[in-house]
Amino acid sequence: RDIVLLWPPPAKYGGRHTVTLIPGDGIGPELLNHVRELFRFSCVPVDFEVVNVCSSTEDDINNAITAIRRNGVALKGNIETLHTLPASHKSRNNLLRTSLDLYANVMHCKSLPGVQTRHNNIDIMIIRENTEGEYSSLEHESVTGVVECLKIITRTNSLRIAEYAFKLAREKGRKRVTAVHKANIMKLGDGLFLQCCREVAAGYPDIAFDAMIVDNTTMQLVSKPQQFDVMVMPNLYGNVVSNVCAGLVGGPGLVPGANYGHDYAVFETATRNTGKSIADRNIANPTAMLLASCMMLDHLKLYDYATMIRNAVLTTMNETRVRLNSPRRCSPHTFHN
Amino acid sequence: MAGPWRSTILNLLEKIGLRIKDPNNITKPKEVSRVMGAMKTQTTQPKSFSRGMQTVTLIPGDGIGPEISTAVMKIFEAAKAPIQWEEKNVTAIKGPGGKWIIPPEAKESMDKNKIGLKGPLKTPIAAGHPSMNLLLRKTFDLYANVRPCMSIEGYKTPYTDVDLVTIRENTEGEYSGIEHTIVDGVVQSIKLITEDASRKIAEYAFEYAKNNQRASVTAVHKANIMRMSDGLFLRKCRQVAENYRDIKFTEMYLDTVCLNMVQDPTQFDVLVMPNLYGDILSDLCAGLIGGLGVTPSGNIGANNVAIFESVHGTAPDIAGLDLANPTALLLSAVMMLRHMGMHDYSKKIETACFNTIRDKKVLTGDLGGKSKCSEFTAEICQRVRDMD
Repeated sequence: RDIVLLWPPPAKYGGRHTVTLIPGDGIGPELLNHVRELFRFSCVPVDFEVVNVCSSTEDDINNAITAIRRNGVALKGNIETLHTLPASHKSRNNLLRTSLDLYANVMHCKSLPGVQTRHNNIDIMIIRENTEGEYSSLEHESVTGVVECLKIITRTNSLRIAEYAFKLAREKGRKRVTAVHKANIMKLGDGLFLQCCREVAAGYPDIAFDAMIVDNTTMQLVSKPQQFDVMVMPNLYGNVVSNVCAGLVGGPGLVPGANYGHDYAVFETATRNTGKSIADRNIANPTAMLLASCMMLDHLKLYDYATMIRNAVLTTMNETRVRLNSPRRCSPHTFHN
Repeated sequence: MAGPWRSTILNLLEKIGLRIKDPNNITKPKEVSRVMGAMKTQTTQPKSFSRGMQTVTLIPGDGIGPEISTAVMKIFEAAKAPIQWEEKNVTAIKGPGGKWIIPPEAKESMDKNKIGLKGPLKTPIAAGHPSMNLLLRKTFDLYANVRPCMSIEGYKTPYTDVDLVTIRENTEGEYSGIEHTIVDGVVQSIKLITEDASRKIAEYAFEYAKNNQRASVTAVHKANIMRMSDGLFLRKCRQVAENYRDIKFTEMYLDTVCLNMVQDPTQFDVLVMPNLYGDILSDLCAGLIGGLGVTPSGNIGANNVAIFESVHGTAPDIAGLDLANPTALLLSAVMMLRHMGMHDYSKKIETACFNTIRDKKVLTGDLGGKSKCSEFTAEICQRVRDMD
């Protein structure tokens, strides 16, 4: 089965798809409400199965995982992780990603017209390994006062993510893939990742491949971000680089993200913010979540609806030129389209 | 005061440099109490050497290192700063026992002088020895890497008004170098966080903030994912923050810091963090102000040792052609003066440097001009002389 062309689950029950919806915490619920309203206005044949996840027990997250296995596709907000809780309480988002083996996090950062930023003409695709690396949550206190945290890099996962990156680059007509690493210091770990990328690159002679050390990458990103095309990297560097790029194109409220696995796909905002400080005040920017829902519609092969909603969102942004606009303005605009 | 105690105290005071002419009639009680107070508080900054010359170990380095070191020495001469330079070479040699060490005279010189200025060092790939920077770090236990990033007027970048300091733990964390292949195809790297190192770096960060009139310290972490390790780091920072009530302490996730840094870097002041995040963020901040060619950096070690360095590469392609830009090494030397307490000299040299860059008449190639290194240096020397 081709890795990139994930077959979405077929529409059931009269041509309507069922998608799991996980509201999460903070601004998640209100943004997802707007998505639902918009879908209702636009008569999109998608039904949402809402699963609430409260951060205390394991049952909720297991229900959510079962629901996603059943439906195959999900749209989610970020679930808060209180870092004051003991280490046995794992991050719910991380648990979801590893249980469903959503190994690729894809984020497309494109400079949007109508958004004022310091850099222009940015068009970077970031593919981040989503399951292992520094996020393995394997920690122990060997001696009192000394904590060890393990970072795991495996050949299978590195090959998998590199394959995904090159296939996606070829599919989208991209010319260059850059691997981001720190192999001069972590010789074995990142060295293995880099080696796997090089092996896969050999099979795609039409796509140029180069590697860059992560600190140099961040420096280049703030001075000349136009030089990057597609970037592939392990988990933690992916976190840093994706947030830097999101900041470059205009902020966390504008960029959607997608997590793809072999059998499942979960869509969310790229920077995964809970946004507790701006929750329930009607000032959160819904663009990221709306564009994520468009990515979901593309995945379900409902291309017309996806294009319609995407155009509506981008036109609204272009006309109003306000970053934190009231979400109400989006819905009437789509209706007119 | 009883007899023997009095003489003991007088002897001690003489040892630290305070001669009391008439012990029966102490005319400067304030000075005595100030000296006693200075002895009690162990600050990380050494006492200011206002009298006499201070000797500093200078490591010119490779590539463009020698030319920029000469440039800095010329500027310091023009400013009449009381610094005596002791040039040393630190190419690694194999010591007894087979371990790679730096030459013993270099080590002795650093231990004696406590302050060093280093140019860029190259690590030959097939030499068999570890990176020179790593060797220096291990030899002198340089636990804190400080990088103040301030926007330079005249060198335009998309970001203006940047004024922050990144303080990075330099010995452990993700760079402990402990890696194993568990089975074929599975590699594990160990990230080590210890209570001691976290406490030391937090204390240094707050001391730095206090000594440099900074308003807030932000700890950067990823404790939502690495609960125990970054959790320990945060706990130590919080504990140290209790002793510095007048400095605001906040905690922020690494991704939030990155996101906000590229949108609005003016909201950050002093950032303290473990090794890996520090590496990435300090280079990110260097990128904001214009790159490694204009960024100063200092490494603080145990026993009051401090080595200030320029973090750019050796640039072998322009070595010896008088095209190098000495700004990074110069600003690091200015940081060194500030560390030693010579604030007036540091201000003079820094202002001369910034004014030269702002006027844009004599700039080296990487800053957008066409002048040579020697012309740039001469211009700064002239300005420094004019300021007197």
